[in-house]
Amino acid sequence: MSAARVGVVTFPGTLDDQDAARAVRHAGGEAVPLWHADPDLKGVDAVFLPGGFSYGDYLRCGAISRFAPLMEELIPAARAGLPVLGTCNGFQILCEAHLLPGALMRNAGLHYVCRDQGIRVENTATPWTSDFAEGQEIVLPVKHGEGRYVADEATLNALEAGGQVVFRYVGGNPNGSLNDIAGIRNEAGNIVGLMPHPEHAVEDLTGAPSTDGRGFFSSILKKLVTL
Amino acid sequence: MSEHEARERATLDTVKRAQDTPDERQPYAELGMKLDEYDRVREILGRRPTSSELAIYSVMWSEHCSYKSSKVHLRQFGTKAPKSEALLVGMGENAGVVDIGDGWAATFKIESHNHPSYVEPHQGAATGVGGIVRDIMSMGARPIAVMDALRFGAADAHDTRRVLPGVVEGISHYGNCLGLPNIGGEVVFDPCYIGNPLVNALCVGLLRKDQIKLATAPGPGNKVVLFGALTGPDGIGGASVLASATFEDESHAKRPSVQVGDPFMEKLLIECCLELYQADVVVGIQDLGAAGVSCATTELAAKGTGGMDVRLDLVPLRDPSLRPEEILMSESQERMMAVVTPDDIDAFMAICAKWDIPATVIGEVTDGGRLVMTWHGETIVDIPPGTAADEGPVYERPFHEPAGQAALNADDPARLPRPEDLRATLLQLLGSPNLASKEWVTSQYDRYVRGNTVLAQPADAGVLRISEIMPGAEETARGIALSTDGNGRYARLDPYAGAQLALAEAYRNVAVTGATPLAVTNCLNFGSPEDPEVMWQFAEATRGLADACKTLGVPVTGGNVSFYNQTGSTPIHPTPVVGVLGVIDDVAGRVRSGFTAPGQKVLLLGETEEEFGGSEWAHVAHGHLGGLPPKADLEAERALALVLTEAASRGLLTGSHDLSDGGLAIALAESALAQGIGATVVLPDGDAFVELFSESSARALVTVDPESFDAFAELCAANELPCQCLGTTGGDALVVENVLEIPVAELRETHTSTLPGIFG
Repeated sequence: MSAARVGVVTFPGTLDDQDAARAVRHAGGEAVPLWHADPDLKGVDAVFLPGGFSYGDYLRCGAISRFAPLMEELIPAARAGLPVLGTCNGFQILCEAHLLPGALMRNAGLHYVCRDQGIRVENTATPWTSDFAEGQEIVLPVKHGEGRYVADEATLNALEAGGQVVFRYVGGNPNGSLNDIAGIRNEAGNIVGLMPHPEHAVEDLTGAPSTDGRGFFSSILKKLVTL
Repeated sequence: MSEHEARERATLDTVKRAQDTPDERQPYAELGMKLDEYDRVREILGRRPTSSELAIYSVMWSEHCSYKSSKVHLRQFGTKAPKSEALLVGMGENAGVVDIGDGWAATFKIESHNHPSYVEPHQGAATGVGGIVRDIMSMGARPIAVMDALRFGAADAHDTRRVLPGVVEGISHYGNCLGLPNIGGEVVFDPCYIGNPLVNALCVGLLRKDQIKLATAPGPGNKVVLFGALTGPDGIGGASVLASATFEDESHAKRPSVQVGDPFMEKLLIECCLELYQADVVVGIQDLGAAGVSCATTELAAKGTGGMDVRLDLVPLRDPSLRPEEILMSESQERMMAVVTPDDIDAFMAICAKWDIPATVIGEVTDGGRLVMTWHGETIVDIPPGTAADEGPVYERPFHEPAGQAALNADDPARLPRPEDLRATLLQLLGSPNLASKEWVTSQYDRYVRGNTVLAQPADAGVLRISEIMPGAEETARGIALSTDGNGRYARLDPYAGAQLALAEAYRNVAVTGATPLAVTNCLNFGSPEDPEVMWQFAEATRGLADACKTLGVPVTGGNVSFYNQTGSTPIHPTPVVGVLGVIDDVAGRVRSGFTAPGQKVLLLGETEEEFGGSEWAHVAHGHLGGLPPKADLEAERALALVLTEAASRGLLTGSHDLSDGGLAIALAESALAQGIGATVVLPDGDAFVELFSESSARALVTVDPESFDAFAELCAANELPCQCLGTTGGDALVVENVLEIPVAELRETHTSTLPGIFG
């Protein structure tokens, strides 16, 4: 059986692509580099949109990336059910592309924040979180300047009622997100976006003092194997 | 031809015009040149320089670019250098390169951006990071981490609240956008830096040992390519105006002299350069920093076949009204210059296009021994490039010991009243701005990106894993460790010893992680070299550092001198900042900082004397600076490092921390704070105050599993290193029996609340 193929997208200014690819490999998958200018998903089984400052983020974060040639392929594929995970800038791009509702604004403290953050897993009905237990508390690093999740009241209520809030900050909210929201999913559950970085929490020697990020990669690989 | 063009053409100062108008008055003084320097240019050229040539010589011969006041002293780093097989590229290139084993090399350098960071803290600091990263790139390396050594005025001073947040935000934004982990550095407060903060940025890069690139332009017929950002009016004259003149009252008038950075362009440049190196289409390469095109063309040509023809009108501009003199002096950021063979030029351009990097062939290498530049067909520069790049003026500045030095040294801190309540003293020091947690600063830096960070602040040294940084490195188990240190108060009391103590601390910080110190970079921050008392401090510090490098067997690979750090006639404390790079054979065996598990034996290594001159206690409790700094015992440092690295490689250590500012008391508190594990210890016989707060060098705190204790004690004995067992880790308080007891939670509250209390 060949390894499940997870695409890792690189925009100009993407920074965590190497980390994401390594996390996929460590979990036993094959990481397939996808290039922003190349409208070709290369037949991957899932896509990871890593963090960074795509196109410099001189406009609203992620606002330009959503128009990249690759996104012309990715957006319809995601709507059709392709599992997609966006972290940090990837989450911002998913919101700008309207694959997820709401927006990420400047942190309430007005500073970039890099810290090891407590997170509660609120929903395991996604291909990226099935290996966690509902209510499980994990530690992942956050590192961002624009991570304050906002949405109008109706959207927030719908997210909460529909089980679409996937992660919540615990032990302090690093950015002032509404309802302490750290990550959400779409209604179907195949698209997940979050500000924290699972790809920086997969090894004992390096990164955050936690390996809780492994659950994301084991979840998706199991899902792809059993598909 | 438009009227504008016609007028421009008529005023163009060509070589022919210079020959025809030998007596025309030229603004050499306004450009920071002395009359005898100007006369020397005339002598070299056999005529007056054109205005473009004058621009080139004025920036290339500025203090910042030519090291004219420091050169005679810096030579000691070469003449006294210890023999080192690890040194692949030494001083004089963009950065030094060190062999770290298994076919890999590391390149690293620290550089100042002090004056721009005072004028415009955010952009000044940001472009400081950008500049040092390009130095590392131009060696053929992938930049892999940064760190910053920062000095500000008193933490609660009004202007510090303007400068510090701006500097931190500039470093944070630029470094984070580049995707380089920030793994360490320093933040120090002292009133002497209020009008002249220090922003010293360090970058380290990784490359294959056999793929070092150099700044050279060999091969007549090879193309000269300018690539990266467009050229604009940024920092025109920055090198000579900003870096070589003191601030007086009108510093705001200089605001436009500070360059503006674009980290996104720099990130693309990094990836583009790595792909160019991979494709092997680069013969020589140089970054454009201070003095921009002037520096890149003269240096490349001087180190190559000796000649270069450049069509300056081909330089792509952001502002089309720029004159040739301005193009030559522009310090627009994110630019590089490469020398490429005609056969490779198409492949070179294709890679630049892939990364959306503008690239333009602006000239060609020649063997004529002249750097010739034209502007729309007219020759405006015709000089021997070496005269600008390498043969600048050299000054033997006079120096003498400062008038008050003897009195300062005689003012021994022994006269200061000692505290009764050592618990209160410990908390007072722990919460003082220099020793308090720097998390307010470091949490604004990404320390995780690229996934190779093994240790980062507040660990004693940053440590990186090599194996996953670049393709092909998978087989090596090695890691590198880096630390920067410097203590302006020690150097003020004794610049010779102060420089040695800075090296000793960085060396020790690298060793406590288990790494073997290999090589040194330095950033020498001083006042005006025209002040003989400052020059004495500089001469003493360089002599001290060169001697110490020799004793410790670690060569200086490069660095930077920053003069004119003063306000009016008052210089800053002499502040040599020293960076040390070390290698750890198996990075998985690195030793973590502080107490990492309960039930471990706590050991104090080294000897404690009564040494309070320049100490943190004298500074915080009495605002006192006098006496002599701690003795720099380099043989003891060497023995300590040997024991630490040997013990780490044998897996004997479970935690470690160096002793420095604030002595044993602060080392114990920080060790407890590392993971929230307390300890109960008994002080060695003697005065409890001295044992706790003296700052004797060559000491460290380690923890060992009780089972490893005998083996470790034997290792210490074999190296004649004093080792005292103080107690055991565990519990949720720091207990010094019969002296004090402080819950870890209280330590944490004291340690973490200071900077947020000041900066919000």
